[in-house]
Amino acid sequence: MSHHLVEINHLQYTYPDGTSALRGVSFRITHGEAVAIIGANGAGKSTLLLQLNGCLLPQAGTVRIGDLPLNKETLSYVRRTVGMVFQDPDDQLFMPLVHDDVAFGPLNLGLPPEEVEERVVSALATVGALHLKDRPPYRLSGGEKRAVAIASVLSMSPSILVMDEPTSSLDPQTRRQLIQLLKTFNHTLIIATHDLDLVLDLCSRTIVMKEGLIVADGPTLEILQDEELLHSSGLEKPLRLQGCPVCQARSGPAG
Amino acid sequence: MGHIESSLLNIGYLETLSYQQTPLHRLDPRVKLLTTLVFIVAVVSFGKYEITGLLPFIFYPVVLMAVGNLPPGYLAKKILLAAPFAFFIGIFNPLLDRAVLVHLGPIGISGGWVSFVSIMIRFTLTVSAALILIAGTGLNAVCLALEKMGAPRSFVTQLLFLYRYIFVLTDEALRLARARALRSFQGRGMGFKVFSSMIGQLLLRTLDRARRIHLAMLSRGFDGKIHLLRPLHLHGRDVAFFLGWSGLFVLMRWFNIPHLLGNTITELFR
Repeated sequence: MSHHLVEINHLQYTYPDGTSALRGVSFRITHGEAVAIIGANGAGKSTLLLQLNGCLLPQAGTVRIGDLPLNKETLSYVRRTVGMVFQDPDDQLFMPLVHDDVAFGPLNLGLPPEEVEERVVSALATVGALHLKDRPPYRLSGGEKRAVAIASVLSMSPSILVMDEPTSSLDPQTRRQLIQLLKTFNHTLIIATHDLDLVLDLCSRTIVMKEGLIVADGPTLEILQDEELLHSSGLEKPLRLQGCPVCQARSGPAG
Repeated sequence: MGHIESSLLNIGYLETLSYQQTPLHRLDPRVKLLTTLVFIVAVVSFGKYEITGLLPFIFYPVVLMAVGNLPPGYLAKKILLAAPFAFFIGIFNPLLDRAVLVHLGPIGISGGWVSFVSIMIRFTLTVSAALILIAGTGLNAVCLALEKMGAPRSFVTQLLFLYRYIFVLTDEALRLARARALRSFQGRGMGFKVFSSMIGQLLLRTLDRARRIHLAMLSRGFDGKIHLLRPLHLHGRDVAFFLGWSGLFVLMRWFNIPHLLGNTITELFR
């Protein structure tokens, strides 16, 4: 299924204020892959994500989604294919009721009302938030907001899901539930995050960014054990791969 | 600061009221909106010295509060909150218009005082009707009704967004105010200079959020039109509600009922 493909070639982007956020990025993500994009603050992760569905257009280089290059003509196709979950659910849930919000995308696609209704119900059921249907978004808890934000994207049935920091500001159990949920998806997943334990659970491939460039791209397990690489990119090993402080204390002070 | 917080909770409470299931809440939002409009037009169309003719209109808010299970005390407080506006509009009338209009025994009452009282009554009636509309319908449903009745789309969209983000905005303002209060001592740091830079900060944050929201909308295929998928159905009771009340308002507008009652009673005693 070629429409699940994401291909980026020598992508460059400089913000109007002169910050050069992407300085020649290339990768290719194929159908069904779960890829993490990690890197320090300001490494260019968010800018990269915004390029993937045309919120920003490349200044040099190309972005290909499926069979089509991303440009003004293909924008609506690309946005239907790439579902984007923003970091702050308050930015994403702008409609008065949860139901309206999840229906927003499908209605814009021009689907008939019955079909929209079906999609809303199934998207909300997928994230376990069907009971929130008639509530206004600002009355939801952080975890509920996140779930609904994901549903609002799922309702457009995208083939590629792009998420910016999906676990930020979630409590540990809600975070765990979200990871379990994402595991059940068979979309192509692209996740930008600082939560390296999530990466370990969810993504088989990891791309490390630093100062607008890709410094590593490979299997997650290899990358997350390369302490030198992680350190130089402003990261550290996932907590689970670090020594357990309790065990260390038990076995006496380590050298 | 506590003030911002409590007024925010108050808006929230108005909305909580709108979730009730009463005969009033079950009515189609369009008929409630229209009836409220007819009510307001009827009330404000009276002459400037009218008092007695306005009094029967109190019937409408009282009945709706009872049917809609809305707390009168809470609504009264909300009305008081807006009262200064009407008060200052009307307060100069007694100074400007000193001609004696009514004689109550030995005391002459000037036209200014009469029109002032008339303004306050109208204000109370119209504001309570508007509040009851919101508490008995919910602002979102009112917006939906506006849209269905052909109000300009951009206006409805603005109203929806205003209501959606007023909570987010006040929350942000509250956090700013709290952060300042925690680091201000003996009134230092609470001055106007800091305040103005805080307002600027808030504006910038808001612009930034607006940009992000716009991106999120574009990502989901926004093309300048907001679609709402909520079918409305007119029932017999909706039509009856509208016709009944509007008829009554017209009646009360054309016939001064307290006057008629008074005349009848004096006739009887004669």
